[in-house]
Amino acid sequence: MRLLSTKATCNSHGQDSSYFLGWQEYEKNPYDEILNPKGIIQMGLAENQLSFDLLESWLAKNPDVSGFKRDGKSILRELALFQDYHGLSSFKEAMVDFMAEIRGNRVTFDPDHMVLTAGSTSANETLMFCLAEKGDAFLLPTPYYPGFDRDLKWRTGVEIVPIHCSSDNNFQITESALEQAYEEAQNLNLNVKGILVTNPSNPLGTTLSLEELNLLVDFISGHKNMHLISDEIYSGTVFNSPGFVSVMEVLNNRFSDADEAIWDRVHVVYSLSKDLGLPGFRVGCIYSENDTVVAAATKMSSFGLVSSQTQYLLSAMLEDKKFTRKYLVENQKRLRRRQKMLVSGLEKSGIKCLESNAGLFCWVDMRHLLKSNTFEAEMDLWKRIVYDVKLNISPGSSCHCSEPGWFRVCFANMSEQTLKLAMKRLKSFVAELSSSSDNGDNKAHQSKRKSLTKWVFRLSSRDHRQRDQEER
Amino acid sequence: MLSRKASKDSHGQDSSYFQGWQEYEKNPYHPIQNPMGIIQMGLAENQLSFDLLESWLRRNSNTMALKKDGVSAFKDLALFQDYHGLPAFKEALVNFMTSMRGNKIKYSSDKLVLTAGATAANEILMFCLTDPGQAFILPTPYYPGFDRDLKWRTGAEIVPMHCSSSNGFRITRCALEQAYQLGQELNLKIKGVLVTNPSNPLGTTMTKTELNHLLDFAIDKNIHIVSDEIYSGTVFDCSSTTGFTSIMEVLNERNNNNYNNIRNHIHMVYSLSKDLGLPGFRVGLIYSNNEKVIAAATKMSSFALVSSQTQFMLSNLLSDAKFIKKYMVENQRRLKRRKDMLVRGLRKAGISCLRSNAGLFCWVDMRHLLSSDSFEAEKELWKRIVCEVGLNISPGSSCHCSQPGWFRICFANISEDALHLAMHRMKVFTSSIFSVRFPIIMMRKKSF
Repeated sequence: MRLLSTKATCNSHGQDSSYFLGWQEYEKNPYDEILNPKGIIQMGLAENQLSFDLLESWLAKNPDVSGFKRDGKSILRELALFQDYHGLSSFKEAMVDFMAEIRGNRVTFDPDHMVLTAGSTSANETLMFCLAEKGDAFLLPTPYYPGFDRDLKWRTGVEIVPIHCSSDNNFQITESALEQAYEEAQNLNLNVKGILVTNPSNPLGTTLSLEELNLLVDFISGHKNMHLISDEIYSGTVFNSPGFVSVMEVLNNRFSDADEAIWDRVHVVYSLSKDLGLPGFRVGCIYSENDTVVAAATKMSSFGLVSSQTQYLLSAMLEDKKFTRKYLVENQKRLRRRQKMLVSGLEKSGIKCLESNAGLFCWVDMRHLLKSNTFEAEMDLWKRIVYDVKLNISPGSSCHCSEPGWFRVCFANMSEQTLKLAMKRLKSFVAELSSSSDNGDNKAHQSKRKSLTKWVFRLSSRDHRQRDQEER
Repeated sequence: MLSRKASKDSHGQDSSYFQGWQEYEKNPYHPIQNPMGIIQMGLAENQLSFDLLESWLRRNSNTMALKKDGVSAFKDLALFQDYHGLPAFKEALVNFMTSMRGNKIKYSSDKLVLTAGATAANEILMFCLTDPGQAFILPTPYYPGFDRDLKWRTGAEIVPMHCSSSNGFRITRCALEQAYQLGQELNLKIKGVLVTNPSNPLGTTMTKTELNHLLDFAIDKNIHIVSDEIYSGTVFDCSSTTGFTSIMEVLNERNNNNYNNIRNHIHMVYSLSKDLGLPGFRVGLIYSNNEKVIAAATKMSSFALVSSQTQFMLSNLLSDAKFIKKYMVENQRRLKRRKDMLVRGLRKAGISCLRSNAGLFCWVDMRHLLSSDSFEAEKELWKRIVCEVGLNISPGSSCHCSQPGWFRICFANISEDALHLAMHRMKVFTSSIFSVRFPIIMMRKKSF
């Protein structure tokens, strides 16, 4: 009899992918402006580090909140004992207001329909447990966040079937791609329980268009018992037009409240990890009009509650509407500036990006730098960029992109100088590539790459105790 | 439309354990606003020592402001989501656990996985040790929450191991074998035994004899042992015979290299919810010598990480060794005092308890108050106590006790006055029962 469970011994946590390997390389040789100026620059981390000063100044002006005080009195006891999985009501109210504000108050949310979870990692898994089981599948448009392979499938037994999107139409979801994915699931003998989209998209950095949203809503309308999950974790990072439209807005405009059949099947996931840059505090939520889902998810949240200490701190912060307004505007301004810097830096190297209006990264087109239109060539290029150019970026294959040559490059997790340096290194690399196009140079590169391939393969088959950080 | 998990009642939250709670919520006792309301004695919380924590917080405002050596650690903490946990916090926990066990076991921080509470820790261990349809043996009576925590989303089963009042509900080799047999009959592969030590709801620490039985059994069957030691800091009677012994200690005492295999099969769960009274902060952990379990559990903890803000504050609190030592001693003194108060009060009402040396509750014997030796009678009695007497206590059936008439009564989550009032109400209730029964007994005697 096997000692441990199948889950504990298999690899379906998905953490052997290149996505995590690049990370490990970075950990061994991390760039530091003074201590290690030749090190690897981390551009694979979708973190928002641009607006901490705003949060810190709020904290400095509100010391009582971190000190467990309310109106000068200690509330330690109240908070220390508070483990109600319904969540701190003042926090849920502040969260729904914040979410409404991000959506220009075109939608409102009811705190009784919100379930708090320790991060959206927990929210997504919990929704899977509520909506599906082994033998079921969710359709996801590619490219998608690599972490979903673990978050949605590992402990739930649910499968992911990709909806292949193409650069031909800027990776937008089409009806035929949806139909094809649905058919593929049938061929695999899987029961399609729903579609999960990230809006704005990771890794594309684009918001879903009204057409796409309507297409999705039509699709689930037309299929009995099919759900739509909209992971809106990046909704507060939209910095340009065409602006963010939530699926909730589309429902609001198209259906009446009484149309339970559709309202019961659309669910939103949110988190403060990207907009406020607080992934360490583990604040996520599920929002649904389906009472049964809310009831079940609430009980399941026992397995991943948000610390009451954190709920209290953030409820005070988000209740300060003057602060949230100022923060959202300033944060978006800084993100826009950074994205422009990355885009123009890449342009100088002759590299284009998908036009984006949100997120903490760009979806970068390096197809013209590939030796061949294959994923092997993409891996080769990626390894050169990590080891030679010393930039950790994420290859499209780790995001299940169906076309080789695309990479996700983050811009909000480093200083401006570091970003400029990264662009400089890339420019030299591209220049070098175009000048050394004879076979001699290639052979040297190929043998170097071969030895790297073996080494990287060994790396992926060991369990590493190094920092495999959570990432989106 | 939804999964079976979402639609069924397998979350176990329709049991009486939760129903009593709901009654309390409708009519909660308050000394001024609702003095006739229901007193909550079904909540195993430790509310006795917050003043000590509050005074520490006042003296350490820098920690609360997320400052380290005067510099703001906010940014680093806000970004810190590494599932290996804050190293300083793990170190502090390891030192805390070591000193709590009288330095008899040395823990190391790389064998520790942080989780959002023991609820998450127990579920994660089940995901790591069982496949759906496999089972763990649990001695009864056990914490009602296990039905949800261990079984709901994991698909694992629980096979009860029936303990009896005839020997103080102690674990015997015979009962272990019987449970294993039951598992075979039900066609369930037994993967291990899960014990809570000190026990909830008994309030007793496991003896060395019991621990040795458990070890022998696990070695013989080649299965796991999970020891949930969430109440280990609440042991208030620390004489040599009745103090707390961890299973690892007993294993170490055997001093034999043949036990390397079993060493990899023992896993411990701990939490700060009971000892420090901080259930809201969601701090739990898994401890294991098994590298594979640690590796898998670490990745699974992504679904239940501890807030970095909380890790930072508590690592500072736990590292203050002087404070912690003082806290533990004083906390245990207050727990003992409360327990004695409850035991005395119940005795005055003609009710006895299982002799206990730990926990936040007593295991109370009300068999003599039952109208018949049945669970229906236990339910009836329970309803009377909740609705007439106005005390929310937990009936033994909700803890899967095999004998009717036992109840768990908590003593550390209410004020002294409320406890005195509860005891007074109980005395009035039992007097009324005896005065009703007495005439019947008198009549029978006359007819002879």
